[in-house]
Amino acid sequence: MAAVQGGMVDAKDELDIKSEPPSDGFGNSNANDGRLLSSSPGAGTGGTATGNNKPAPGPPEEQQTLLAVLQFLKKSKLAESAEILRREAGLPEDALDPKGTDASGSGPGLAAGSGQVDGVDASSLLSRVTVSSSAAAQAPKKAAAGEDQPDVSVVLSAYSQQGDPSLYDAYYSGLKRFIESVLDCHRAELSQLFYPLFVHMYLELVYNNNESVAKAFFEKFSGDQECYYEQDLRILSSLTKKEHMKGNETLLDFRTSKFVLRISRDSYQLLKRHLQERQNNQIWNIIQEHLYIDIFDGMPRSKSQIDAMSGSLAGEARREANKAKVFYGLLKEPEIELPLDDEDEEAENEEGKPKKKKPKKDSMGSKSKKQDPNAPLQTRIPLPELKDSDKLDKIMYMKESTKRIRLGSDNLPSICFYTFLNAYQGLTAVDVTDDSSLIAGGFADSTVRVWSVTPKKLRKVKSAADLNLIDKESDDVLERIMDEKTASELKILYGHSGPVYGISFSPDRNYLLSSSEDGTIRLWSLQTFTCLVGYKGHNYPVWDTQFSPYGYYFVSGGHDRVARLWATDHYQPLRIFAGHLADITCTRFHPNSNYVATGSSDRTIRLWDVLNGNCVRIFTGHKGPIHALAFSPNGKFLASGATDGRVLLWDIGHGLMVGELKGHTDTIYSLRFSRDGEILASGSMDNTVRLWDAMKAFDDLETDDFTAATGHIHLQDNSQELLLGTYMTKSTPVLHLHFTRRNLLLAAGAYNP
Amino acid sequence: MAEERRQKQCSVVLPTESMKAMAESVGVGQLQEDSCVALSEEVSYRIKEIAQDALKFMHHGKRRKLTTSDIDNALKLKNVEPLYGFQSQEFIPFRFASGGGRELHFYEEKEVDLSDIINTPLPRVPLDVSLKAHWLSIEGVQPSIPENPPPASKEQQKTESTEPLKVVKPGQEEKGTIQGKGQSTTTPDGKGKEKGLIRLKPRSTHELSVEQQLYYKEITEACVGSCEAKRAEALQSIATDPGLYQMLPRFSTFISEGVRVNVVQNNLALLIYLMRMVKALMDNPTLYLEKYLHELIPAVVTCIVSKQLCLRPDVDNHWALRDFAARLMAQSCKTFSTTTNNIQSRVTKTLTKSLFDDKTQWTTRYGCIAGLAELGADVIKTLILPRLTVEGARIKAVMEGPVVSNIDKIGAEHVQTLLLKHCASVIAKIRPQPDNVEQYRAEYGYLGPMLCSHVVKARTQATLQAQQVNRTTLTITQPRPTLSVSQSGLTGSGGPRTPSIIKVPSSLTLMSPRPGTPSQPSPPATKYIVMGTSAGAASTQQVITLSSSQSASPVTSTVPSATSTLQPLVKLESGGTPGLTASRPLQKYIVVSLPSSASSSLEPKSSVLPTSISSASLDGGIKLERSESPGVSTQSPH
Repeated sequence: MAAVQGGMVDAKDELDIKSEPPSDGFGNSNANDGRLLSSSPGAGTGGTATGNNKPAPGPPEEQQTLLAVLQFLKKSKLAESAEILRREAGLPEDALDPKGTDASGSGPGLAAGSGQVDGVDASSLLSRVTVSSSAAAQAPKKAAAGEDQPDVSVVLSAYSQQGDPSLYDAYYSGLKRFIESVLDCHRAELSQLFYPLFVHMYLELVYNNNESVAKAFFEKFSGDQECYYEQDLRILSSLTKKEHMKGNETLLDFRTSKFVLRISRDSYQLLKRHLQERQNNQIWNIIQEHLYIDIFDGMPRSKSQIDAMSGSLAGEARREANKAKVFYGLLKEPEIELPLDDEDEEAENEEGKPKKKKPKKDSMGSKSKKQDPNAPLQTRIPLPELKDSDKLDKIMYMKESTKRIRLGSDNLPSICFYTFLNAYQGLTAVDVTDDSSLIAGGFADSTVRVWSVTPKKLRKVKSAADLNLIDKESDDVLERIMDEKTASELKILYGHSGPVYGISFSPDRNYLLSSSEDGTIRLWSLQTFTCLVGYKGHNYPVWDTQFSPYGYYFVSGGHDRVARLWATDHYQPLRIFAGHLADITCTRFHPNSNYVATGSSDRTIRLWDVLNGNCVRIFTGHKGPIHALAFSPNGKFLASGATDGRVLLWDIGHGLMVGELKGHTDTIYSLRFSRDGEILASGSMDNTVRLWDAMKAFDDLETDDFTAATGHIHLQDNSQELLLGTYMTKSTPVLHLHFTRRNLLLAAGAYNP
Repeated sequence: MAEERRQKQCSVVLPTESMKAMAESVGVGQLQEDSCVALSEEVSYRIKEIAQDALKFMHHGKRRKLTTSDIDNALKLKNVEPLYGFQSQEFIPFRFASGGGRELHFYEEKEVDLSDIINTPLPRVPLDVSLKAHWLSIEGVQPSIPENPPPASKEQQKTESTEPLKVVKPGQEEKGTIQGKGQSTTTPDGKGKEKGLIRLKPRSTHELSVEQQLYYKEITEACVGSCEAKRAEALQSIATDPGLYQMLPRFSTFISEGVRVNVVQNNLALLIYLMRMVKALMDNPTLYLEKYLHELIPAVVTCIVSKQLCLRPDVDNHWALRDFAARLMAQSCKTFSTTTNNIQSRVTKTLTKSLFDDKTQWTTRYGCIAGLAELGADVIKTLILPRLTVEGARIKAVMEGPVVSNIDKIGAEHVQTLLLKHCASVIAKIRPQPDNVEQYRAEYGYLGPMLCSHVVKARTQATLQAQQVNRTTLTITQPRPTLSVSQSGLTGSGGPRTPSIIKVPSSLTLMSPRPGTPSQPSPPATKYIVMGTSAGAASTQQVITLSSSQSASPVTSTVPSATSTLQPLVKLESGGTPGLTASRPLQKYIVVSLPSSASSSLEPKSSVLPTSISSASLDGGIKLERSESPGVSTQSPH
């Protein structure tokens, strides 16, 4: 078991933390439980979980890995957890005993010694587990399903059996020759094999201490790999010792998650025949053990089709991963009586105006009245009740939307650029309220600054003593509670102890969320301009956070590779979305609040169901970490932008890539659809704002059942036609974009002299 | 894209010597070779790991530069104590040294005199973050305001004028799309080719918007008007505003017509104003003048060689105008001369022809010599030095012969000074020592003895200078807040500037009310970034100058023609990172006292110019000077 111990630095870290002050421990242990419940213990043992919805693998393998996990739990004195896992996996009581006792040696004795504390802790954990498991109804089933994650020791030991190291070169070049000689239509598909095989062979060589052979192998063949794997190859090249393999997360990911390839049946047969003829067992073994080949019937795909979808850390998404039904429709807007009489604007406008409003509102709500078949049930997840102030805001919103400019390819939006001057390269996040009245910036110096961009200044609520003095019955009590002396355009919020990477206003403008390098998410009140809650749970930097469009819930994601769903009144997460193989770099709520999209450094985008925590979509195709996500206002499409400077468009319902927008030359940090969804705006590090014709991009689609079934679509290269405008700033990277309710585009960034 | 890089990235390992050095530094004397190898591999791997994590922080910090804090954060991720004390002002704090076949990067730690730190006044508090709004685009069209980059980049203008076939005007790229409605930052390359080379360039109508017309009117009126302050503003605007591309043809015509009229009327002041406009246009980093040289060069040449430029040639200092115009000429030759247009050779030919003509008047002769001399040492060597004897004789005839007219005498005197000034430095370079008066007389005739003494002076100065430059460096704080008049008003209270938010601009303004900043002479390699907020009283104007590397080195900034007196040479130095200078209201000037002759080209013109225009002579005593060679002195005339 030494290997396990050595290899599981992460797990041990987390256990250590558990003995820290309770507040920290709660979040963390809860995270652990969450993983156990929601997906797989792999996440706990080094962050190695993959999709939850994989089919259960063959029983013997499963049992073996389960046993490994059980052993680990035993060893860590998590007796109760082990018991639960054992029960749920349906293993016999004594399954673990023979191994378990000798492995953990003095385990029982020690456990008894510290049993008191542990026991209490564990039981309190359990009570929480049961609570959350009842919420996540399908959890038990999944726990069983997600057990195909082999343990670290298993993974590493898989390398022990091997052939002659000197022959690896020959094996690989033999396969290369074969693939180069096959028919063109198969070559592109089989070429996909190069990269995973290359990596696994290299790692095998390294694992078996054939350093020089490995180096030579790397130098000889690394140039053949697709350029979008460059980043991973760089990591790989630095890894030359067996010792390095332990604790290297990227590597563990590669080992533990099977690389997914999509190959047509014909091509696969061809490959199989070749390998059997040549008796090339080495390669065959790797394919069997470490690759997942998703075979489909039909025409082999072309090179461009493959290139469009590949690039992720673990290959393409399996087809069945994107099969689950997604309710991407919008929720029905609550009926709000429009008070027609008390609006001063109506006075000057003729009678026609309010009449116009009705049909307009109808047209907006027409779909929802009919109950969009794709929309989730109104009560699928509990949403907060509308308050009076929310209703007022809704009315304001409708009033504004009647004045909305209809955008299109011949009617481009005006762009107002907010430049942060004197930021010394310290601006790290920006958000704008929905009504465009406030702008908040997160800075590297740990501060959060909130500006009012309307003449209305920011005021604090009076202190408690002063509040006692005011007349609570007066009509303008809301005005009276504000302290006029504190009025200013800018308020600075202090509290974080590291750069603030994510920032988000609540829809009602009463709260502000910020996530930071210090591992916390803070909730700030915009009434008192103080910190209300610090949400602890991510023990590593939190890269992004966002409020749900209905408030109350929020999502966060960070370096620990899990996204968490929180509610503002719970100090622990409600859901933990585990599955990404690298940092979660951005998070976004679906407009109907039932789903959460996360983008990651593993170059995939995942869509998670808030109700049950399942991963319902995996989108692959980006060639770099994803830094921007945006849902179209109708909820049907998702746009994503990455460091590779490309914007990809996804059809959520079909789980397909439907477009690729090329043009940016640097990381895209911001994406936003116009209010009616006609225009997609993208902002990038290359100092440009670009506008794309989203209508055209989505209209041109033919997503028939066939393309949906095979999961690949031929993308035409029409970026230039879809690009409506490019607007260069002087030297300001564009960090945030926001369409006002009237479709004026606001952009923000820090001037970078 | 990364194919070529990938070959190197494999197996970069720290040298084992480094391990040994590090071991020694912590007191481990004898380290086995094997341990060194093992250590270096391990250390290299860990460093790479940390660098990769640090990159993540850089990406999330929305930066392109990796900073020390990124490394600290990456270390924190690994539960390693961050490295303290590496908050460097500069991006890379290392210095490089090589010698004895070894290359070394080291961390420079200067000795600091504490009393210096205590005695220097505290720097001002850096400006606080503030938010400012501007229109990036109005209904798809990017307005030409200082906040936006110029509509057509200089490179684009250059390709447009040099390779017109390749260029497609914005708006004509594709008939259907309105892509051109915004400006096209998509590279025009390739698009022209597809459409075939026989593509007639459609006539483009130049329509100026109302704002542009107003601007044009205001600027031209201010430039030739009587108010010097206004003129300075207008010239500053021409030299810095990014949106003038559209108006360039108008300005060019204005100048050429203006010169034509005023030469006839001998209106010296107006000619000087017009030349200053040319200078400002040339200084504008966003304009590429090549297309308009056919109008500008004749105007400039006129101002160099015209027989008469003023009403009273005996009193008025038209010589300064000739000098200044000659310098403009040299500058445009240097910038725009290509093998196709042959500007330099054509200009040289014209000037030489009239120089060789015996009937040429002293004024024109002076202009020709000045024009040629500014073109550089080579031109002086090949064209002027051989003429020295002839010119000397001519001067002698006037000086020592019967006095014909006072005007001729003044002319001859000026030509003499000019020749001595330019030739001495060249001769000092090409002629071996010792300088013998008789030899000089034999070789150069009448001017020989004077030349000889000038050459001797030049030689001694050159040696003196090299020592002096290093010695006489003193740092003064900004003597007069010329660059930040309005800013100091805001920051005067001492506290950090209250961040001001300027609301969404309500309308597009072309003529931003600017604070009265004097025009900045801008050397071509120096970059000025002007951030202006157009909001009445709260407007700030910052001029950031990044001194380029060659100007920072004292050796290249020496003035070869210098001979005797001291002349202040001011370098604007950016202290610390550019980012910091941008915000700090305090700018540091390093004044280097350099010796230079009284007749040096670098001399402040106030003493030479007639009083009528001398109010424009100096901007608060500060001159930004950058002269790498005497031929391209880019000093402003005022």
